[in-house]
Amino acid sequence: MSAATVDTLRRGNAAASVPAGDTASSRSDHIKFAVFAIAVLTMPVWLSPIGAGYPDLVQKFAIFGIFAIGFNILFGLTGYLSFGHAAFLGVGSYAAVWSFKLLTMNVVPAMIFGVLASGVFALLIGYVSLRRTGIYFSILTLAFAQMSYNLAYSVLTPITNGETGLQLALHDPRVLDGPAEAGLPTTTLFGMETIGYPGFYVCAVMLIVAYYVAMRITRSPFGMTLRAIKSNQNRMNYTGFNTRPYTLAAFVISGMYAGLAGSLMAVVDPLAGAERMQWTASGEVVLMTILGGTGTLLGPVLGAGIIKYFENIFSAFNDQVLGRIFDFLPEVLQNLMVTLVHPFVGEGWHLTLGVVFMLIVIFLPGGVMEGIGRISARISRSRSNRSS
Amino acid sequence: MTIFDRNVNRRRLLQGGVAVTAGLAAPNFFVKGAWAEEFRNNPGNAKSIKLGFNVPQTGAYADEGADELRAYKLAVKHLNGEGDGGMMNTLKPSSLKGNGVLGKKVEYVTGDTQTKSDAARASAKRMIEKDGVIMFSGGSSSGVAVAVQSLAQEMGVIFMAGLTHSNDTTGKDKKRYGFRHFFNAYMSGAALGPVLKEEMGTDRRAYHLTADYTWGWTQEESIKNTTEGLGWQTVNAVRTPLGAGDFSQYITPVLNSGADVLILNHYGKDMVNSLTQAVQFGLRDKMVNGKKFEIIVPLYSRLMAQGAGENVKGILGTTNWHWSLKDEGSQAFVKSFGQEYGFPPSQAAHTCYVQALLYANACEQAGTFYPPEVIKALEGFEFDGMGNGPTLYRAEDHQCFKKVLVVRGNENPTNQFDLLEVVKEVPREAVTYDWKIFGGELGPYKV
Repeated sequence: MSAATVDTLRRGNAAASVPAGDTASSRSDHIKFAVFAIAVLTMPVWLSPIGAGYPDLVQKFAIFGIFAIGFNILFGLTGYLSFGHAAFLGVGSYAAVWSFKLLTMNVVPAMIFGVLASGVFALLIGYVSLRRTGIYFSILTLAFAQMSYNLAYSVLTPITNGETGLQLALHDPRVLDGPAEAGLPTTTLFGMETIGYPGFYVCAVMLIVAYYVAMRITRSPFGMTLRAIKSNQNRMNYTGFNTRPYTLAAFVISGMYAGLAGSLMAVVDPLAGAERMQWTASGEVVLMTILGGTGTLLGPVLGAGIIKYFENIFSAFNDQVLGRIFDFLPEVLQNLMVTLVHPFVGEGWHLTLGVVFMLIVIFLPGGVMEGIGRISARISRSRSNRSS
Repeated sequence: MTIFDRNVNRRRLLQGGVAVTAGLAAPNFFVKGAWAEEFRNNPGNAKSIKLGFNVPQTGAYADEGADELRAYKLAVKHLNGEGDGGMMNTLKPSSLKGNGVLGKKVEYVTGDTQTKSDAARASAKRMIEKDGVIMFSGGSSSGVAVAVQSLAQEMGVIFMAGLTHSNDTTGKDKKRYGFRHFFNAYMSGAALGPVLKEEMGTDRRAYHLTADYTWGWTQEESIKNTTEGLGWQTVNAVRTPLGAGDFSQYITPVLNSGADVLILNHYGKDMVNSLTQAVQFGLRDKMVNGKKFEIIVPLYSRLMAQGAGENVKGILGTTNWHWSLKDEGSQAFVKSFGQEYGFPPSQAAHTCYVQALLYANACEQAGTFYPPEVIKALEGFEFDGMGNGPTLYRAEDHQCFKKVLVVRGNENPTNQFDLLEVVKEVPREAVTYDWKIFGGELGPYKV
């Protein structure tokens, strides 16, 4: 894992060191941003042919896209590999659900509290963890996240409701909303319900905002400093440059992104469970970022989409579905194919994901984005060949 | 020339492919809105309906989940008029016809709850939003059941709970759109009480190990109330995390606590591990306070007994159902399940099979899939022939009331499935309680 990570990290660095700031690239940035925004907002349409256009999954794409973009600000730019980012996701969720329980069902305060709470939490953990670099930093963040997970599970049960998870209840105060009518209330954006597709559009708008902010950060002098830290922190220190405030700021920003993602999870589904903070969830976002392309803006979003697609669609394939897919083959071949493919779908979706991840790390260390880059380079090359 | 032709074909193929995809996607996109007018996932004029089976396929309860899925597949077969019909022939009163439900063929989709609230809800949402199920069922954890039940209420899709034993499911967290056939912790306590008194007397000191989530908490409370009512003392109650694997650190303190009864509020692989370790630590060979040390597993299942092997011999507990029951319904179910899979069904399989049939029957009775009408048909439904004797689906909390089995690990099993012997069939009246004691509110019919 660590060897592969270091390798992708190095390649990602090469990909990220695109000249920034000049007008040409800022124009192409804005075009890319516009295309990205349109693509995100129309996700329910163009994803439905592959069975992924339903509200819950497109919400997940957007939410985990935000999570991965934020993670990439830390990992892609500064090179600090945090293995405990799920803790901030969890904190954001709990803060948002508490806002729903105590204040109001409006999603805006919930998101603000989610981001603030995880920002403060990230400040504390970052302050301690950033005293170390490399593997020691990763282990520290992992330890903190696992600690938060276990606390949420046991000692903090009054706040987190332990294993059952924090849920809304009829007798919650909700001081700004007044007394509830029959049944549990749903989350709203100033009166508009935010479950189903409206919930997705809330997440999508936040994803676009998050992408824009990340783009500005990447192209700013601050982003340049972060990349410099990644390429050689010691050299920067020797020149008398204090890197600590910059790494801490990057850590807190990326923690706040995770908090935003966590609070959005509560927005579309007002429930928070401790398993969101588990180390597997932290590992997932690392996979997403590497799969998509470390240090790129779009890569983490793609990686998040691919992993969530596998988790939700591939895991639901059973033999019945497989049989239908291979229906065009003669029966003997059909049964053979079903038997062959069976271990890779359904419960075995992790296996497929693992194979895909291995292939990408070996052949495309820059992730999916490197693949896209190679293809577009080949196309433009063949086009220029033809024209000459 | 040939090259030219091939090019045209490829282009046509691409064009055709795009057109077909767009054509397939378009109606889906537009029709969705039209359906929402009436009720979610209304099958309308479709020839088939979809049910969602959301069971744990990974994690501590995976064995139960696998057996639940077998039962659901069998239920779908029977509802569609294939196979021997199983308990469809013994359900009384029955409106089932064996031609699907309301003339529509039954299809199903599956999902993995992973025994995690988040994953279970995501999987249930996929079934509801993408696959368009009109009912979903399953699960082997009360934490999950409570979480997806509130989703059912929000979405307006009926949830027929699978294996969930917490009082909360039909107590403080009950929902109009959630139904439970399985018994609960309170009923286990009420059924066990008299047997414990008879076998172990009124002067005992109990030590609880409890799975740390809603089910464990309510079972500990219910069993504690029962045993303290008998005059027992509770020495300590320790919470253990779900899926802990190694329980030795929790069992060692029991040895020196002065307790003479260990109550394991564990289920699935957790119970297999904790019981096995308790026996390995020699607890059952000990004499404490001049009495033989005893272990009680309030919620038992054959799958667990199979996992724990020799260690279950002589250990008391309760179950919802056992395959060795001799009534007509149980026999019919065991026979058709055995023919299909080659071994007898577990209680998890039984309750899930029954839930699927009861839902279908309620639709037939109501003459529609419209959830409020189906709910009304289920509420207060009094039936027999499903393996538990006369049973009532109580309208006030959506809990089934039926007899409860007190069982003991078989000392001399005659075969690998004959692991539990039924000590007592506690009648329905003895385990019925006032629904008001747990609070909670069902919520509205129309959402």
